[in-house]
Amino acid sequence: MSSGRTGTTAAHSVVDATSAGRRIAAVVVIAYALITMIPLVWILLTSFKSPPDSIAYPPKVVFEPTLEGYVNLFTTRSRQTPEYIESLGPPKTWYDALVRKRNMVITGPSRFADRYMNSVVIGFGSTFLAVALGTLAAYGFSRFRVPLKDDLLFFILSTRMMPPIAVAIPIYLMYRTLGLSDTALGMIILYTAVNVSLAVWLLKGFIDEIPREYEEAAVVDGYSRLQAFWKIVLPQARAGIAATAIFCLIFAWNEYAFALLLTSGEAQTAPPFIPLIIGEGGLDWPAVAAGTTLFLLPIVIFTVLLRNQLLRGITFGAVRK
Amino acid sequence: MAEIRVENLHKSFGDFIAVRESSFTVRDGEFFVMLGPSGCGKTTTLRMIAGLELPTSGRILLDGEDVTFRRGAERDIAFVFQLFALYPHMNVRQNISFPLRIQRLPRREVRRRTEEVARLLRIDHLLDRPVGGLSSGDRQRVALGRAIVRRAKAFPMGEPQGALDAEFRELMCEELRLLHNRIGATTIYVTHDQIEAMSMADRICVMDRGEVLQVAPPIEIYERPATRFVAGFIGSPAMNFLPAQGRLAPGATEIRLNGATVPIPRLHAALDHPEAILGVRPEHIHIADDGPLRGSVYSVEYMGTRQLVTVDTGVGRLKVRAPNTVRVDDGDSVALAFDTRRLIVFDPASDLAVASAAFTETADG
Repeated sequence: MSSGRTGTTAAHSVVDATSAGRRIAAVVVIAYALITMIPLVWILLTSFKSPPDSIAYPPKVVFEPTLEGYVNLFTTRSRQTPEYIESLGPPKTWYDALVRKRNMVITGPSRFADRYMNSVVIGFGSTFLAVALGTLAAYGFSRFRVPLKDDLLFFILSTRMMPPIAVAIPIYLMYRTLGLSDTALGMIILYTAVNVSLAVWLLKGFIDEIPREYEEAAVVDGYSRLQAFWKIVLPQARAGIAATAIFCLIFAWNEYAFALLLTSGEAQTAPPFIPLIIGEGGLDWPAVAAGTTLFLLPIVIFTVLLRNQLLRGITFGAVRK
Repeated sequence: MAEIRVENLHKSFGDFIAVRESSFTVRDGEFFVMLGPSGCGKTTTLRMIAGLELPTSGRILLDGEDVTFRRGAERDIAFVFQLFALYPHMNVRQNISFPLRIQRLPRREVRRRTEEVARLLRIDHLLDRPVGGLSSGDRQRVALGRAIVRRAKAFPMGEPQGALDAEFRELMCEELRLLHNRIGATTIYVTHDQIEAMSMADRICVMDRGEVLQVAPPIEIYERPATRFVAGFIGSPAMNFLPAQGRLAPGATEIRLNGATVPIPRLHAALDHPEAILGVRPEHIHIADDGPLRGSVYSVEYMGTRQLVTVDTGVGRLKVRAPNTVRVDDGDSVALAFDTRRLIVFDPASDLAVASAAFTETADG
């Protein structure tokens, strides 16, 4: 009986979705999720295929999983005669054995791990800097009478209006002169500079939403302004900071053009490195897929960890307490 | 507990003067209400007392000590905010104990005082609840708790009831006043609601456009308003202001209203202006056959205990609060008489009340 009553109210409500509407929404969401997920799932599957399976036609959905792709990703190998391989004695490790089945021997580690670490350092480093600077700047813009505030904010925003690649050549020349080419520091500075405008604007919105009275109350109760910022404002801006951090990280993590242009050795990140795998010893799709899968992981983990904050963060301004 | 003295306090934001050369003293243990329309400077004054805003000039003394430029934290003042400003990421206990924890008091002391205050406010059963789900009354109690737990010298309160609905407000006003009576802390309460001010205050400070117009107990504010603004702002329906003939000498006991002569309390000062304004409250006008002022009834509003009769006269439209026993209808011709001792003459040039017997004699005799 109570469910019948609820049904009636829902049908009369203007804002609540009807059950039919909800079902349609579910279908759309699931379809969208499938469309976006299928390529990712395919990459994941490919990373566990053997090279022949990966290019089989018709494509194989059921196959015998192997870690060959991952082994190939992390190693460099050379092709040898079976006699030579025989002469080496029995394989010492499981990955030696795996490689030898294809008449190859491992000659050393590949540079993928280094490139991946570069991505981690540059991605998280620039995200941390952009969010830290962005939070301070946003707090300043939100709370203080800054001269030319609107112009400054517009100026900061205007750096987003130009496609970053438009300034690739000047930055390339500048970095060469400054000795920042192919350094992690250079890439961190570059990504921070691009992200900080987004961070300031997003975070200003969040901080504007936090009533000043909280800080004032804390100041009257004995905090300094900085303590009030640290202990009162930051905890309340958590959702906003998390959302901003994810946006910044996704940009820095995925950035390809500048990484390709400005890094070639020491500071190269994963995005320009992964395509290089294709060139090494034919089309090694499982290795590429393995690299891509591993590359996706940090963003997935970061987003899952912060998903609650993110949800609140993205709807910022929409809900008032 | 403390006395707060404000001397020639002045605050401008660029060209805008928020508070103009204001001086007043809040006595020790007093419930002092600052009343005025929005934008009158009452909140800015309060914020300067609390140390949230620095004055352009002037001094603020707390117990004789100059605290004008001290940080809020160094003043020993506890502020209660309009929207209570309870920290949403802390529960009730953490909110109340917050000022004590900042002072790094020993944990047992914090606990003891927090619970003591919670009992005083009857919110001890809510201590471990998040503040999010509290009713507005409980939110106010928590905000008060956070203020009194410090045992600060004074409690400025910035329209703390502004967020409450009318019915609830009355209850909270009563509770606040009772709490004040119990702990006797010097309280400065800011509001734009005259009923709130009248019912709670020991003394009221009326402000308008950055200026302090009068500081006096509620009864005096009502019966002997110092300026035309105070007279018009307090009381509902508002005081009637009638244009009258000016040029009155000290000792005058009559004023001319468009042909009618009305007796007034003896003036102590002269009024040189050619015009005068006669202020009379609706309850001090009587419908009487021998009244000096004639008019016709424009409307009658029945208010339960009384009725409010609007009368058109030669000197404008007047509101009269009449007993229900008087039978009048729209369009009736009536004569109006005034309660002589309660009439106040204002100088139209300065808007100040002209000193008279109404100010020196007790009106309730």
